[in-house]
Amino acid sequence: MGLVTPDYGTIFWMVLAFSVVFWILKKFAWGPVLKMVKEREQSIDKALKSANEAREGLTALKSDHEKMLQEAHAERDLLIAEARQIREQMIAKAKDEAVLEASKAFENAKRQIESEKNAAINEIKQQVASLSVDIAEKILKRELSDRIQQEALIKEQLSDLKLN
Amino acid sequence: MKRWMYFAGVLLLMMISGGQLMAWNPDSPNEHKEQTGEKKEFDAGKFIMEHVMDSHEWHIMTIGKTHVSIPLPVIVYTKEKGVSVFLSSTFHHGPYKGYTSAKEGPHEGKIVLVNTDGTINEEAPLPVDLSITKIVAAMMFSLLVLVLIFIPLGKKYKKNPNQAPSGFQSLIEPVILFVRDDIAIPSIGIHKYEKYMPFLLTAFFFILTNNLLGLVPIAPGGANVTGNIAITAILAIITFLITTFSSNKNYWKHIFNAPGVPWWLKFPIPLMPFIELLGVFTKPLVLCIRLFANILAGHFIAMSFIVMIFIFGQISWIAGYGSSVLAILFYVFMTMLELLVAFIQAYVFTLLSALYIGMAMEEEHAH
Repeated sequence: MGLVTPDYGTIFWMVLAFSVVFWILKKFAWGPVLKMVKEREQSIDKALKSANEAREGLTALKSDHEKMLQEAHAERDLLIAEARQIREQMIAKAKDEAVLEASKAFENAKRQIESEKNAAINEIKQQVASLSVDIAEKILKRELSDRIQQEALIKEQLSDLKLN
Repeated sequence: MKRWMYFAGVLLLMMISGGQLMAWNPDSPNEHKEQTGEKKEFDAGKFIMEHVMDSHEWHIMTIGKTHVSIPLPVIVYTKEKGVSVFLSSTFHHGPYKGYTSAKEGPHEGKIVLVNTDGTINEEAPLPVDLSITKIVAAMMFSLLVLVLIFIPLGKKYKKNPNQAPSGFQSLIEPVILFVRDDIAIPSIGIHKYEKYMPFLLTAFFFILTNNLLGLVPIAPGGANVTGNIAITAILAIITFLITTFSSNKNYWKHIFNAPGVPWWLKFPIPLMPFIELLGVFTKPLVLCIRLFANILAGHFIAMSFIVMIFIFGQISWIAGYGSSVLAILFYVFMTMLELLVAFIQAYVFTLLSALYIGMAMEEEHAH
């Protein structure tokens, strides 16, 4: 049993025991272990990949959502602006119409006043005419009798007439 | 729960076998006579050699003149006597069936044939000795440990597919992945490595287990298995066989007609092919010797520190106790270092085996 001379007994048992254990381990340990580790790695890989995909999908969804939100915002702004414009237009139109109406009414009133005034003037004219005729008639009647009286009468008549 | 049962089983086995086999053998009568004559000198060299070498019994300790050792089975064969199987402790009572264990002379430690008067028969050829020696027993024990560790592990993987490793799995799996991802795949290549994983893993864990068990001072540890040249030679030969049988045309072309080498190195004297061919055999030889020498040296140094205590103890008992403090400190340091070496050597052997296998399968373009 030298230090550097291999002993054939040891070699014999080593070859026998090592190969037996090698086959046992290969079949019952390394085989399943390596297979399972590989399968697990693949499944982890797959899971990571699908998670990545899901995340990407989510981002796409999010950006879609944001885009929609933005569009909605823009539309809302547009609607508000339009409404404001319409309101302003409406107010302006109403104002114009009111002014027009007012001026029309004013015009009407003016015309009415004018016609009333004319009618009143006409009436006054008629009355003045008839009064003059009356006065003239009375004067004519009195002239016949007295000149002084006549003048008195005219004076009297005129004072009666004055404050009508 | 099952794991604990396995551990308990191993422990029980050890206890039973230890209890039955651990015989308190008083020295044989003739040995006794020698010792009573003069005070036996402590032979440090012999002490260390006995530790690192193989033997037919597993020596544990000596208390006074009583050797405590585990007797191991002796299996010998001669043409005349056929196969004989008996325990090595039988020799404590003298020769058995005409065999004895030579204590000195050219066949020291070996089983030899004896003459009728009890002297060693020098002329007779040595019997064929397939005994379960200390190295073989320790090697088998480590293989048993491997089986007891890895078969339940394999079962666990089968039972819980696609689950995160737990418990003992978490300890072993990184090592398996290390062998796969850092040794096999870079050396052999991603497409072909799988075929060689079982050998690489077995070699790695076998060497590692034996290196570590070698650091344990008492049986079933302490044997110098990976520091035994027969063991490392077999491992290296397996690597050599795998390398040779998985080699491709390109590998042999590189050996016999290496491209890029001047023609006058190949003809008329085939210098380069000769050197390259030599390299085919030196590679496994170096594998074998590196592991052997590293582990052997570790055991030598560690034992030297222990032996120092006895050498100083011979001068005076005070020197013995005094030096023991220092010696133990050094021993602990060496053991720490050897712990590192245990992993490094397992790694180096596996890595180089993988590299050689990978080199034998390299394709034309990859040089």
